[in-house]
Amino acid sequence: MDLVRIVEEAHRRKDIPDFRPGDTVRVHLKVVEGGRERVQVFEGVVIARKGGGLGETFTVRRVSYGVGVERVFPLNSPRIERVEVVRRGVVRRAKLHYLRALRGKATRIKERK
Amino acid sequence: MTAGILGRKLGMTQVYDDAGRAIPVTVIEAGPCVVVQKKTPQSDGYHALQLGFGEIRPRLVNRPLQGHFRKAQVRPVRVLAEVRSQEPSPHQAGEEVRVDIFKAGDLVDVTGVSKGKGFAGGVRRHGFGRGPMAHGSKYHRGPGSLQSRAAARVFKGRKLPGHLGARRTTVQNLLVVRADPERNLLLVKGAVPGPRGQWLTIRRAVKAPRSGD
Repeated sequence: MDLVRIVEEAHRRKDIPDFRPGDTVRVHLKVVEGGRERVQVFEGVVIARKGGGLGETFTVRRVSYGVGVERVFPLNSPRIERVEVVRRGVVRRAKLHYLRALRGKATRIKERK
Repeated sequence: MTAGILGRKLGMTQVYDDAGRAIPVTVIEAGPCVVVQKKTPQSDGYHALQLGFGEIRPRLVNRPLQGHFRKAQVRPVRVLAEVRSQEPSPHQAGEEVRVDIFKAGDLVDVTGVSKGKGFAGGVRRHGFGRGPMAHGSKYHRGPGSLQSRAAARVFKGRKLPGHLGARRTTVQNLLVVRADPERNLLLVKGAVPGPRGQWLTIRRAVKAPRSGD
């Protein structure tokens, strides 16, 4: 199994900062649009990190014009240009799916200093 | 052109291509293999290489095999398998075959023994549909009718529950994503038969589209 790790190591992104569920992040994503490549930014709260190794993904949730939008990004994808941690949050569970049922003030997360 | 190599399934993971797409791959430890015997139309009526792979303690090799290995002047190996080809291979008995016979973009067929599933029902084994599990239905996952009543017997070949898996299977036309001769690794797109550690034979694809098609 360690040889599998070696194969994975070459593809792992070491430049992605540490972040946890509850943190607010800004994901800079490379998108190809009409043959041109540009960078799109998606900012929101990390509500889950799933999987391990190269296949690890994270889910970012934001409320845009009153509509909840969630995007799942592969953590090690080369399409991610960079991830900025905007704010660190204090949460008591690993998956924040309960945020989906809450709106407005109730979705606030206390900041971790 | 040498037609194939022996290897061992190490496990699955994913890698990213130049476009940033994730590709599911199986990592195979492929070779180095030794050519234990070379078959030619003069000697056996067809072209083939008998390849050997895997470490083995010399004490475990029986006398007939010891002689077989001595004849080719190769180290004793765990598994032997024959790889047939249309044209003669450039490799000679006693030589080594390494993963560099393949390169990224090649298509291969991978043969191995699939995972054993034990005694499986028709739904799992043959893809039968099942009946409703509730609402008063008494027909859940059974095989249903076996034949018309007029036949008065069950025809041969009727698909029924029975043993599934643990048999030799070949997956055809898998794409070689990477061949790493330094580490003897072969990355193939998709799944291959068997659990991790399964012995595999990797051959050039029989049904690969010819270049120019």
